Amino acid sequence: MSPAIELIAINKSFGAVHANKDVNLSVERGTIHGIVGENGAGKSTLMSILYGFYEADSGEIRVSGKPTRIRSSNDAINAGIGMVHQHFMLVEPLTVVENVMLGAEGGAMLRAGEAKVRKELARLAKDYGLEIDVDATVAELSVGLQQRVEILKALYRGADTLILDEPTAVLTPPEADALFELLRSLKQQGKTVILITHKLREIMAITDRVSVMRRGEMVATVETANTSPPELAELMVGRRVLLRVEKTEKAPGAPMLEVQNLSVVDARGVLRVADASLTVHAGEIVGIAGVAGNGQSELLEAIAGMRRPVLGSVRFEGQNIGAADHNPHQMRKLGLLHVPEDRLRMGLVPAFPAFESAILGFSEEPQLGCGPILDHDRLVADLARKMEQYDVRPPAPRLKTSNFSGGNQQKIVLAREIERNPKVLLVGQPTRGVDIGAIEFIHRRLIALRDAGVGILLVSVELDEIMHLSDRILTMCGGKITGERKASETNEQDLGLLMAGVTDEAA
Amino acid sequence: MSAPIEMPKWADTILVPAVSVVTAFLIAGLVVLSIGENPLTATRYLLQGSLGTGEGLGFTLFYATDFIFVGLAVAVAYHAGLFNIGGEGQATLAGLGIALALNNLPFLPGFLLIPIGILAAAAFGAAWAAIPGYLQAKRGSHIVITTIMFNWLASVLIVYLLVNVLREPQSMSPETRAFPEASQIPFMHDVFAWFGVTIPASQLNLTLVLALISAYLIWLLIYRSRLGYAIRVVGSNPTAAVYAGISPARIIIIAMVLSGALAGGLAVNELMGYQHRLLLEFTSGYGFVGIAVALMGRAHPVGIILASLLFGILYQGGAELAFEQPAITRDMVVVIGGIIILFAGALDGLFRRLVAHLLSRPKLAGA
Repeated sequence: MSPAIELIAINKSFGAVHANKDVNLSVERGTIHGIVGENGAGKSTLMSILYGFYEADSGEIRVSGKPTRIRSSNDAINAGIGMVHQHFMLVEPLTVVENVMLGAEGGAMLRAGEAKVRKELARLAKDYGLEIDVDATVAELSVGLQQRVEILKALYRGADTLILDEPTAVLTPPEADALFELLRSLKQQGKTVILITHKLREIMAITDRVSVMRRGEMVATVETANTSPPELAELMVGRRVLLRVEKTEKAPGAPMLEVQNLSVVDARGVLRVADASLTVHAGEIVGIAGVAGNGQSELLEAIAGMRRPVLGSVRFEGQNIGAADHNPHQMRKLGLLHVPEDRLRMGLVPAFPAFESAILGFSEEPQLGCGPILDHDRLVADLARKMEQYDVRPPAPRLKTSNFSGGNQQKIVLAREIERNPKVLLVGQPTRGVDIGAIEFIHRRLIALRDAGVGILLVSVELDEIMHLSDRILTMCGGKITGERKASETNEQDLGLLMAGVTDEAA
Repeated sequence: MSAPIEMPKWADTILVPAVSVVTAFLIAGLVVLSIGENPLTATRYLLQGSLGTGEGLGFTLFYATDFIFVGLAVAVAYHAGLFNIGGEGQATLAGLGIALALNNLPFLPGFLLIPIGILAAAAFGAAWAAIPGYLQAKRGSHIVITTIMFNWLASVLIVYLLVNVLREPQSMSPETRAFPEASQIPFMHDVFAWFGVTIPASQLNLTLVLALISAYLIWLLIYRSRLGYAIRVVGSNPTAAVYAGISPARIIIIAMVLSGALAGGLAVNELMGYQHRLLLEFTSGYGFVGIAVALMGRAHPVGIILASLLFGILYQGGAELAFEQPAITRDMVVVIGGIIILFAGALDGLFRRLVAHLLSRPKLAGA
């Protein structure tokens, strides 16, 4: 039998960037096929070509052995290809049935179409174990269930091949397990699954074969059973990488940052952080584990002084921070620096040249210029030096910030904050969208900083990262701190339960 | 999903506006053709009238002076992410400030009058812009709406004051008495005459020099100073501003104050440089032209000077054209100006895409 999907000699360029170079890919029917690669390796471009967002400059797509032209997502759907995007394409106020019908209403009046959708959803639920309350509005559903709606949409439209783009990025570990269960059941029913991810653990857990992309080229396709995470990482990066940076045990010093009973309300009046207390000592990394959107961002922003907490207090080096002083400017002066979660929205100004982004938050420092005027030559020279230390590529301080890759942007932010000798560093998602090679570098820097006596509060949705780096781990769920563990005395299942809100008291 | 348009800086700042202007002139030529006139003749009158004679050139530069000020005003606000539509009102109030200062301080030595008039213009313009700025910063009232409303308030206020309060009792027209002679900014032809050089007389006065100095200072402020940095951060990425500890509310008010003060330059040029009294409607809608000038000049002082020259040519040449070819009325000239604004401002993205595409072609072939 011919493969479900074949991509033959696909080429795609954007201007001078050759995003896909003679890429070949063959996906067998009824298998789960993983695609891994660093950011910018060309995975997303390749899948966008398969799903009709882009058209390849040259090359051929075969679906079940038949050459097929896919010029739009409609063509893809007609060819039996469905896609579940990382960011869901759902209409939140509508119900599950209505979302599934969207774009396939079947006529001007809805009733007939709706009956058909209900019947079909019932069948899918039976065949694949895809149980869901079809009359619930999407906004009420958990993220895991919303993803299930996306999968149902694709299956309803007759998808035989399902592309999932980083599906677990937004899920708790138990939700991810449920998703994998579902993917296995789809596979047993003869469906084909293409899984794009950068988490090697998931590749190992669920895929049958895995293809590795690097710099626009397909460098290898291997049977998952015959490979290992270090080998995949080496294929992705092109050199050996340490997946886990070693760190030594170290007794923490004096308390640097003490947060007591902090509560934060967002602009819409929703309680985001509820009664959170934590302490960060000198020479200690405290990790906050949690699924995205459970109050970690707001907690960091409140500590940094960007948001006014409704209740609670913050002490820095034993000194209480009064409300009037609790702003980003003062906190920076005290030595509390902040690598924000969202680089492009917060940590940098994408439209600025890099050397201007590299002084964000510090533009009033007297030594950066003469009186009210900034010394651009000096800023450029400063950044050029840091770019060398942090191996930022290309080392071009005058290049526009948005023209750097995610990993290099993150290095610019890290260099800016770390080189100002923080006493406490707040770090949000330090490696989101960052290549494996750069992750190793960033982890080393953070650990070196800890060894030098800096207190670090780390927020990450990557559980691996939290477990590798932290000395102590707190979990957050629904704005509350649900548990605390020593990193050496916990595991993924334990943290997964805490992240899902099963607290120590209830357990 | 649209990829960002990347192209060399020279193409972005010179080539794209040039393509816009040429296209606008071609379309305007078609309009002229459609009313049965020869577009080439019309173009000749336009250029001849604005650049061909010393007098014409003087008038062109006089208008350009107005446009530089209002263009800079719009640009400063634009860098903070604000659309200041209120140049008309701010310039009107600046005119009021000039009249109040110059006609009520007779005891001051004459040489102080010019600086005081300029400061009064800046202060009144700034104050009139500060109110919408404050409302935007603290109350979230949209700056576009409030500045438009403040234009109307200014125009009604000035009519009331000129008719009922400031008018000379024996005068029939709604205008103040003439400013003291010492407060009049010298005409350029007089300045040249001091050095024994004779140039044709026109309205052009030394305010042009002030406009060019302002352009340089605004460049320094926006692109080199700490305050300008903060203004651009707020305009480009407000969330990053909060992260950086920059208060967007404070920056919004400062930017509007600067913007209003710059709009006051229009009143300086028109009233202290030419009319020498306060009269109705001296702003002539130039405050709105500032929006087009700033857009076309990409909110950069050099671009604004060039765009101001272009609009100066259009205004002066257009007046000559309407005089020489009666079929082409003033309204027709306004249409041509409108087409240029449309292409240089609103449809600019169209040509950016096109030019970027054409520029990237050869590279692709070579890759």
